[in-house]
Amino acid sequence: MEVQVCLAIPGQIVEFVEGHPHLASVEVSGVRRKVNIDLLREEGLALSDWVLIHVGFAMSKISREHAEEQIQLLTMLGEESEAVRELEGYQFG
Amino acid sequence: MKYVDEFRDAGLIRQAAAEIRRLARPDKHYRLMEVCGGHTHAIYRFALEDVLPDNIDLIHGPGCPVCVLPMGRVDDGLSLAADPKVILTAFGDMMRVPGRNGSPLEHKARGADIRMVYSPLDALKLAQKYPDREVIFFAIGFETTAPSTALTLRQARALGVRNFSVFCNHVTIIPAIRAILDSPDMRIEGFIGPGHVSTVIGCRPYEFICRDYGKPLVTSGFEPLDVLQSIIMILRQLAAGEARVENQYARVVQWEGNIPALKAMAEVFELRPYFEWRGLGFISQSALRLRDSYADWDAERRFAVPGIRVTDPKAAQCGEVLKGVLKPHECKLFGKECTPELPVGALMVSSEGACAAHYNYALRKTAAATVHA
Repeated sequence: MEVQVCLAIPGQIVEFVEGHPHLASVEVSGVRRKVNIDLLREEGLALSDWVLIHVGFAMSKISREHAEEQIQLLTMLGEESEAVRELEGYQFG
Repeated sequence: MKYVDEFRDAGLIRQAAAEIRRLARPDKHYRLMEVCGGHTHAIYRFALEDVLPDNIDLIHGPGCPVCVLPMGRVDDGLSLAADPKVILTAFGDMMRVPGRNGSPLEHKARGADIRMVYSPLDALKLAQKYPDREVIFFAIGFETTAPSTALTLRQARALGVRNFSVFCNHVTIIPAIRAILDSPDMRIEGFIGPGHVSTVIGCRPYEFICRDYGKPLVTSGFEPLDVLQSIIMILRQLAAGEARVENQYARVVQWEGNIPALKAMAEVFELRPYFEWRGLGFISQSALRLRDSYADWDAERRFAVPGIRVTDPKAAQCGEVLKGVLKPHECKLFGKECTPELPVGALMVSSEGACAAHYNYALRKTAAATVHA
């Protein structure tokens, strides 16, 4: 089963990428990948912030509590491993 | 309420369900539409309809991008992959969508170079990796994914990647809601508004639904409790004779939306005069195409796209299901000619579609009944 188009993946910002202002490393369930952060740069992002990721792009900044809820939601939907696989699938960073 | 006990906040779910029963007047019948396919998926997965009183029906709306894409557009996209120079890329949920001569996955098995990507940026990266090939991204989705395509195109232009292009099938949610509201057999009392689409477009674009049509809309999160709270908020408005946009998902959705995303979309895309939706027909100004300034990255301008039209079989009653006139199982084809394995109509195509969700849920219920028998 594929990850549903509407369900976003929560990730925590663990590193900004020097020389690549579009990108940041996020971590989800121990998996690290680079995602595009252009949509949140105006709002401002800091290390340890949580974001919702959608097709390789951080779409919104969320609280840690909501990130936990979202992970739980994916688990309840049986889609947590698919979400991690999607993150692992990002090859662009 | 079998599944309720599985929730971590079962007590809150029960309280919410009790409040819904208190608010729903027994002499009234409520039809509430959840617009987004993600909500449809969650509603069936958590069997939320079992928690609701009999006089509340959830109508599963048009927000499943795979479902509303006409088969002709799938065939158009696949025709691009017939050129051996082309690498056609698409999200995973497109790979099984049937065209007249099979799905992208089947075309791939027959030798077409079709690859699944998780992000449009991966398609762009492929183009950089294979400069002697033409990499086309089969873009689908509502405003949740359209900004990602826009930013990828912006990057392609900035980097001067000329062998990358987009076959654009992005659609916009507002005209589809309007088409449903304008339909003569429409009978919906209120809307559970999309979650992640609203993170992009914000809440303001929904105001016409309340102002001009007198229907409440509440943007909602995806957890079981979110959906039930949104239903409570709608019922409270209906009880008070109000129609407003409310934001239940304020922990993610900002009233004004995501301005950089809207700017990127406006820079790269313009509205098509009209676009066909499976199950709803042609809707004016309901889809996006690339602006002239991005013509060099527009697959429809760079390659010959045949413009195939495949009409849905007349027997399929997708339109009636979308508008809430029929429930999925009331369609003549449901579960017989039309199943998730061999979908005839749009709503059976993806698990976010109303009919596929209903079909899988019914199967699960039957299986559970057998196990417990």
